[in-house]
Amino acid sequence: MNANARGCMEKDERTHLVTDIVAKHKNSKGALIPILHEVQELYGYLPVEAQETIAKEMNVPISEVFGVISFYSFFSLNPKGKHKISICMGTACYVKGSGPILDKLKETLAIGVGETTEDGEFTLEDCRCLGACGLAPVLTINGKVFGRLTKDDIPEIIEGCKTEGGSVL
Amino acid sequence: MQLFRSHVLVCGGTGCTSSNSEAIMTELNEKLVKNQLDAEVKVVQTGCFGLCEEGPIMVIYPEGTMYCRVDVKDVPEIVEEHLLKGRLVTRLLEASSQVQEDEQDIEKSSFFKKQLRVALRNCGRINPEEIDEYIAFDGYKALTKALTEMSPGEVIQTIKDSGLRGRGGGGFPTGTKWDFAAQQINDEKYVCCNADEGDPGAFMDRSVLEGDPHSVIEAMTIAGYAIGATHGFVYVRAEYPIAVHRLQIAIDQAREYGLLGDNILDTGFKFDLEIRLGAGAFVCGEETALMTSIEGKRGEPRVRPPFPAVKGLWQKPTILNNVETFANIPVILLKGADWFASMGTERSKGTKVFAVGGKINNTGLVEIPMGTTLREVVYEIGGGIPGGKQFKAAQTGGPSGGCIPASHIDTPIDYESLIELGAMMGSGGLIVMDEDTCMVDIAKFFLEFTVDESCGKCTPCRLGTRRMKDILEKITKGKGVMSDIDELETLARDIKASSLCALGQTAPNPVLSTLHYFRDEYEAHIRDKKCPAGSCKALLAYEIIEENCKSCGLCAKNCPVNAISGNKKEKIPFVIDPTVCVKCGVCFEKCPFEAIKK
Repeated sequence: MNANARGCMEKDERTHLVTDIVAKHKNSKGALIPILHEVQELYGYLPVEAQETIAKEMNVPISEVFGVISFYSFFSLNPKGKHKISICMGTACYVKGSGPILDKLKETLAIGVGETTEDGEFTLEDCRCLGACGLAPVLTINGKVFGRLTKDDIPEIIEGCKTEGGSVL
Repeated sequence: MQLFRSHVLVCGGTGCTSSNSEAIMTELNEKLVKNQLDAEVKVVQTGCFGLCEEGPIMVIYPEGTMYCRVDVKDVPEIVEEHLLKGRLVTRLLEASSQVQEDEQDIEKSSFFKKQLRVALRNCGRINPEEIDEYIAFDGYKALTKALTEMSPGEVIQTIKDSGLRGRGGGGFPTGTKWDFAAQQINDEKYVCCNADEGDPGAFMDRSVLEGDPHSVIEAMTIAGYAIGATHGFVYVRAEYPIAVHRLQIAIDQAREYGLLGDNILDTGFKFDLEIRLGAGAFVCGEETALMTSIEGKRGEPRVRPPFPAVKGLWQKPTILNNVETFANIPVILLKGADWFASMGTERSKGTKVFAVGGKINNTGLVEIPMGTTLREVVYEIGGGIPGGKQFKAAQTGGPSGGCIPASHIDTPIDYESLIELGAMMGSGGLIVMDEDTCMVDIAKFFLEFTVDESCGKCTPCRLGTRRMKDILEKITKGKGVMSDIDELETLARDIKASSLCALGQTAPNPVLSTLHYFRDEYEAHIRDKKCPAGSCKALLAYEIIEENCKSCGLCAKNCPVNAISGNKKEKIPFVIDPTVCVKCGVCFEKCPFEAIKK
């Protein structure tokens, strides 16, 4: 189940699920990061109420939970757009021109890196090496890989996301 | 056991999966059933073959035919022609190596010929999700040998004698590290595997985990036996979902077979493994930071000593090796230290896997004996530079490494020679750059990376790298002054000397190395306000060469800001108005007569 589908659930039900996740890991050493991974899977990000639940159930200050979340770029404090675009900024892609592609994305979507469009459709992110260097330069949209790109491919890819009825690719 | 006359191996590595190899397998299975071949031909999903550029890759045995850039719609032809009638589908053979039809065996292609696959021995040969296939290729035989025929001390001595050094960057002798941990008296010790492959452009660890996860499990268990540990952690990047998935399958299968758990192979030895996911922090590739992260905290490094072999995870003696290092262990125990030490150079034994990328024809994963020259890697295995361009430099070691310029292309690659050149082995990313790559821009790229990834704990790294980046930005924008170069050098020296961990200590390397070999490029940016590679946008000026212009008007038609004027009918050459030009480069790309220069 993806994060959006889960968004329809009742808030209370999710808090309950967070409690379950914490209970599952609580007795293993160094459990906080595995817990955060699972909770982020549940919400699509890590909202304050989930952080509070985690802190309470683990019996640690919320500052510690927040400290860990803010340290790691994989954890997000904000909800993501329906289409999450990650452009690879690894060396191989950079040398093959991912810079101009990123510029084109920013221009087309009118947002910066790490931002989400106002309509909640697109989030733009840069990432470090997806390991698909043979297809460089690459980007992913919700995990689907688009490779051997030029900046002229961008408008079509963005349009493609919109015309599929806004559905997740 | 069912026998098949033919095996079709389809690459299931990340690169090929990204270009649809899963759909190819589905189609293949359907077409086999349709042609009633499903009892004779078996489809196997394997790990990475290494030739990622030409993916998706399919290899058909017993012939060893390799088909490249296979599309779903090529599948019926492959089934009907190759598998049914025994005729090659020549248009899908590897194009770049110009193999003859009678030489279509993959082992003979120029990409594979010079390689020696030790760490990658099973990648592209077995199905990583089937423990039996690993066992059939001598899997877990080394573990059996260690547990039943060797003492922990003998295991360590064998690794020491082999000369194996850490493949993750530093090149520390693996056996010595194990020995330190073994000497500690403690009832709790840990074995950790560093699979937090953060160097942008390196993906060999991921390929081993995807293609041969059992080799890592087996090696970690052997390490546990050698140092006296009962628990291990594999710290993997969360960005590697396929690797995590296959590793988990492998761990479960090993437990089921009694190769992990309480009483391994009925010897009474106890060892188990757990996967821990990283969360996108490059610094967690540093050993002390990685362990702090496994402990569930902010992944900040700490001062060494004490070294992890004395006080590591939860203050207990811990060894940490990277994936490729572990992948070498089982073969060393089976074939012996002498065999391993017979490969490579005097102080760097064995082989090294490189992820070759950038401006090169055969992007992919190559494993070569230490001491192979860069020229062999770039021109023979890598197939040279696309578009007939000039080789300018190769960058190794990622954000901690440096460049090897064209003048040193014949240097044999090993730990020492790379350090001497101001580069480093690193984890094995090797990015090839051609004449269009600006070295100042590349230095800036790596500094941007370290600025982003600095954990912020110590000041030299947190602030110093940012100052260096600011100066490089100034230079690429044409606003540099000559004293900036001195300032970069002073900053570099201070950051190297005073940073807490290897991230900061090595962060200035890309700048120092490019300054050393390409100082003239820095000076051209500063003094002449020119980017010799034509890459830094702020320093570009597009101009139409009058003699070459055929007045076709294509440039003016495509210019988004109407900066180009001229007359097509009266054959008046076109000109660019520099005050309007936004330097987008469209005219340069569109001109069919190469009449536009930058």
